[in-house]
Amino acid sequence: MSPFRQSVEAMIPALRRYARALARDSDIADDLVQDTLVRALRSEKLFLGGDVRSWLYTILTNLNKNRRRSLARRPQFMPLLDNNPDASGTEAEGRDIARALATLVEEQRAVLLLVMLEGLSYREVADIQGVPIGTVMSRLARARAHVKAVLEGERTALRRVK
Amino acid sequence: MTDPKIPVTEDELHAYVDNELPAERRGDVEAWLAARPEDAARVQSWRAMAEMLHARYDSVLDEPVPKRLELEQLSRPPRRWIYGAVAAALVAFVAGGGAGWIAHGAAATPSVFQSFTVEALDAHRLYVVEVRHPVEVPGAERAHLQQWLTRRCGWTVYAPELDSAGLKLVGGRLLPGPAGPASFLMYEGPSGERFTVYSAKVTVETTQMRYAAQGRDSAMFWAEKGVGFVVSGSGDRDRLTQIAKLVYDLSEKLGG
Repeated sequence: MSPFRQSVEAMIPALRRYARALARDSDIADDLVQDTLVRALRSEKLFLGGDVRSWLYTILTNLNKNRRRSLARRPQFMPLLDNNPDASGTEAEGRDIARALATLVEEQRAVLLLVMLEGLSYREVADIQGVPIGTVMSRLARARAHVKAVLEGERTALRRVK
Repeated sequence: MTDPKIPVTEDELHAYVDNELPAERRGDVEAWLAARPEDAARVQSWRAMAEMLHARYDSVLDEPVPKRLELEQLSRPPRRWIYGAVAAALVAFVAGGGAGWIAHGAAATPSVFQSFTVEALDAHRLYVVEVRHPVEVPGAERAHLQQWLTRRCGWTVYAPELDSAGLKLVGGRLLPGPAGPASFLMYEGPSGERFTVYSAKVTVETTQMRYAAQGRDSAMFWAEKGVGFVVSGSGDRDRLTQIAKLVYDLSEKLGG
């Protein structure tokens, strides 16, 4: 296996994690990873060195943007009984954070996940999204404020019900 | 505790948490936070958020990688919904800019034609990406498919032979149309290119064939004897025109 393929393969678990958080649904997430890998392998000859990791995150981020754009015209449904007030601990927190992520606009969600979950630098995220670093920072700040508000809102609501 | 000489900005707080802050500034930020419990609480909440994300998603790293993601398995063409964005842009074109030139058509009522074409493109976008269940009735049961769709739709539905254009019938399904049931047929070429033929009742009698395209996706649509047709596909205009004309000619011949 070529060094290029090896570095692509080594990234699969991290790409799956990012896609899972980005798309929520695990099948859709793996579809995204699959398409990312197919594109990467096809472009192997075009890849003239550089950071494979950033490049893969770029492909996946763009594919998800396209996917969401194509879904935008379909009606959105919210799960009816997603909220289990008896749940506690990390499992409930995990659902909270997933739901909070889902309320973010696409670019903010991508920035938040690339920085906080995948540990990319502001510079790398700026390149991935094709925007200046300042834009990355303001997206990140807004995303954090929004998620914080959603998480706190849910807790308050939960306490009120109880 | 004294404040640092230069006030710490919001951006610097984020950069501090993300380890993006120049080392020489860290001390200033830490002093700032020690003096400002509210900022310190916010910084703490961001750290907690990162922990929640890792608690929720790190388990994915330990899952075995599914077979379909193994690099050896991935020599096949990409899934078609990559191009969904293009179809969406086309829909926007049809719904927006398209209104003007549809209105040029003598008999066409723009609103009906628009919603009709939008429905057809939605269906196209939805089903061409399906690998395992693209249709309800497979193309091998062409006679049954035609009978069934004819009975449900209320006009004579034909699934024309497009072999001369290199396409074979994948099959069809029944869909809800703008004003009653719609028939949806899918064809596939040797390289996996897919075209769909959507037809439903429309209030206009007959219109010319019209074309809309952006990027890779395009549609040809027309109405004939109160039934509207939309042939959608990705590919160049000539290819789509060829197929649409063939559908038109064959439907005309069979239906005439």
